[in-house]
Amino acid sequence: MSRIGSALARRKALIGYVTVGYPSLEATLEVVPLLAGWGCDVIELGIPFSDPLADGTTIQEAAHRALANGVTPRLCLEVAAELRRKVAIPLVFMTYCNPVLSLGPEAFCRLSAEGGLDGLIVPDLPPEEGGELETCCAGEGMDLIYLLAPTSSQSRIDLVSQRSRGFIYLVSLAGVTGARQDLPPDLESFVGRVRKRAALPLCVGFGISTPEQAGRAARVADGVIVGSRLLQLMDGRPYRRLGELVAGMREALDAS
Amino acid sequence: MSALEELDRAYGAACADPAFWSEFDLLCRDYAGRPTPLYHARGLSARAGGASLLLKREDLLHTGAHKINNALGQGLLARRMGKERIVAETGAGQHGVAVATVCALLKVKCVIYMGDEDVRRQSSNVFRMKLLGAEVCPVSSGSRTLKDAVNESIRDWVTNVRHTHLLLGSAVGPHPYPDMVANFQSVIGRETRDEMLARYGRLPDCVVACVGGGSNAIGMFRPFVEHLSVRLIGVEAAGKGLDGSSHAASLVRGRPGVLHGTKSYVLQDEAGQIASTFSIAPGLDYPGVGPEHAHYRDSGRATYVAVTDGQALEGFKLLCETEGIIPALEPSHAVYHAVHVAAELPREALMVINLSGRGDKDLGIVSEALEAGR
Repeated sequence: MSRIGSALARRKALIGYVTVGYPSLEATLEVVPLLAGWGCDVIELGIPFSDPLADGTTIQEAAHRALANGVTPRLCLEVAAELRRKVAIPLVFMTYCNPVLSLGPEAFCRLSAEGGLDGLIVPDLPPEEGGELETCCAGEGMDLIYLLAPTSSQSRIDLVSQRSRGFIYLVSLAGVTGARQDLPPDLESFVGRVRKRAALPLCVGFGISTPEQAGRAARVADGVIVGSRLLQLMDGRPYRRLGELVAGMREALDAS
Repeated sequence: MSALEELDRAYGAACADPAFWSEFDLLCRDYAGRPTPLYHARGLSARAGGASLLLKREDLLHTGAHKINNALGQGLLARRMGKERIVAETGAGQHGVAVATVCALLKVKCVIYMGDEDVRRQSSNVFRMKLLGAEVCPVSSGSRTLKDAVNESIRDWVTNVRHTHLLLGSAVGPHPYPDMVANFQSVIGRETRDEMLARYGRLPDCVVACVGGGSNAIGMFRPFVEHLSVRLIGVEAAGKGLDGSSHAASLVRGRPGVLHGTKSYVLQDEAGQIASTFSIAPGLDYPGVGPEHAHYRDSGRATYVAVTDGQALEGFKLLCETEGIIPALEPSHAVYHAVHVAAELPREALMVINLSGRGDKDLGIVSEALEAGR
C-alpha cells in the first residue's frame, strides 16, 4: 500500500490544500507543518497555473498572487523538499497539464519523487490521456489520483476506479472549487454510486468549508479535501482562525 | 467529461441525420444569407500587380462575420439536446453577437463572457448582444481578453452543465469542439470550391485566411486539404512584433502545450504558464490555436505566417480604398499578406482571401490607431 493509502486507512482523512507561494513562500513553509500538527493527514500542494480552469475565485486569486511572487514548478519542488524534512504525512502536488508537460512528464515525476512527493492530481487530465503520466508516476512510486464528478457515467466511474491510485477524488458538485454554504443534496447517493464499483478510498472535495460539511461528507466517504476556506484564513501568525477550523474539522471527522 | 461524451454522441447523431442538415442549410440560406459571394477584387488585384484576388464575402453574412455559421449549427444541436441555456466566450464580440442572435432566434437563454479589455474595445458589439437579450459578463482575470473569457465560460459550463450548452466559437477546446466547429464552418470552403469550379473550371492556386483560434481558416481550408495543388496560408497576429511578447502568433512562435483541453501550439513561458497575448484584432488575441492547424503546420500542408498590427492596418486601408469594403481587423491581416503573395505570382494565378468579417466593430480601434500613428 502506498503512503497515501496507509494514511487514509488509519482514520477518516483530512486533506488540506494550499497554493504554494500564497500569500508568500514563507507562509507555505510555516502553515503546512501547522496543518499537519492540527490533524491533516495529507497535504495537497498547489503548483500555481496561469489558467486554473477547475478553480473558483479564491484559488484563482491565490494562483495569481503566487505567480506574481515568482513561483514556478521548480520552486514548488524546492518548497516540497523542504517541507518533506519537516512533516511525515504524505504530500501531493495538484496542478494542471501544461506545467507538467512543459517540464516533461518523466522529469516532473522524477523530480517530484526526489522531493518526497507521494502523489499527483491533475484536474484537466482525463484517464484517456493519462497513460504516459501514469507510467511515469508508477515508475517513481507516486500515485496519480483521478477525479470523478456527480455527472460521471457508470463507465467513467469504472474507468477511473481502474486507473486511479491512492484514492479517488470525488468532486462534490458540478462546478469549480470554492467555499460554499451548502453541500449538494445528492452527495450521499453519488458517493454510494462510486462505492459500489470502486475498491479505492474515496475523498470528497470542492465546496467543503465547515466542520459540519466535513462531518457529513465523512459519514459516507473516507476523507475530505478542504482548500479555498484554508486559503481565506491564511491571515498570518499565529493563524488562530485557521487552527480553529482545522481542529473543528478533525473533531467532526473523528466523530463521523 | 460526461458532458463532452453527451455532446459527442448528440453531435454524431445530428451529423448522421439529414433532417438536421436540411434545417441547418435552410437557416444558413434564409436567415444568415448563404451562399456568400466570391467577389473578384479587381482594384485590389491591380494594386497587388500579380495574381487575381478573390474575396469570399463572409463579411456580408447576418451579424457581420463567419461566426454565425457555427452558432447556428451548435444552436440547433443544443436545442436537440434539450439545453435551455447557452454560454459562450467572445473576443471581438462577433461570436458573441452571433450566439446572442441564434439564442434570440431559438428562444434560449444566453450568457456571454467577454474580457473587460475587449468589452471596452468592442463596445458596439456589447450593445448589440444586450439588444438581442444576452447577458454580457465582463471577465477581469488574467489578460482580460479571449483566453480569460474562454476560462470563465468553461467554468460556467461545468457549474451548470446539466441544462447548459457551451457554444465555443473557435476551433479549440476539448473533443468534439475543434472538429465540430470546423465542420460547421467548412461550408465556407465548400462554397468557394464549388464556385471556383463553376466559374473558372479549376481550383484556386492559393487560399489565405487569418488565424486566431482558427475557425474561419479551418472552415476555408478543410475542403481544399486533399487538393494538394492549392496552397494554404494562415496568417496570425504578430501584434507589436514577434520579438517581444506582444503578439498572438501561436503557430509561428508557440510550442506544444495544453490549453482549454486542446493539445496544440501554445504561447507560454519556460515554466508552462500561458502567455498574455496582444493583437490589435481582438478576434486573433488568443495564445492557443486549433489542433488541426497544428497538424497542418507539422505536416507542411499549410504554411503559417504572422502580420503586425501596423501591416494589418495597411491591409485594412488598402481594402477600403481599392474596393470600398471595410474589413474587420482580423481578415485585414490576411489581406495584407495575400497582396504580397499575389505580387509574386503570375497574372493568371487565382487567389482567394477569406474575408471573414466586416469592420464596423473596429472603427473605434482603427480611428485610435490612426490618430496615434499621425
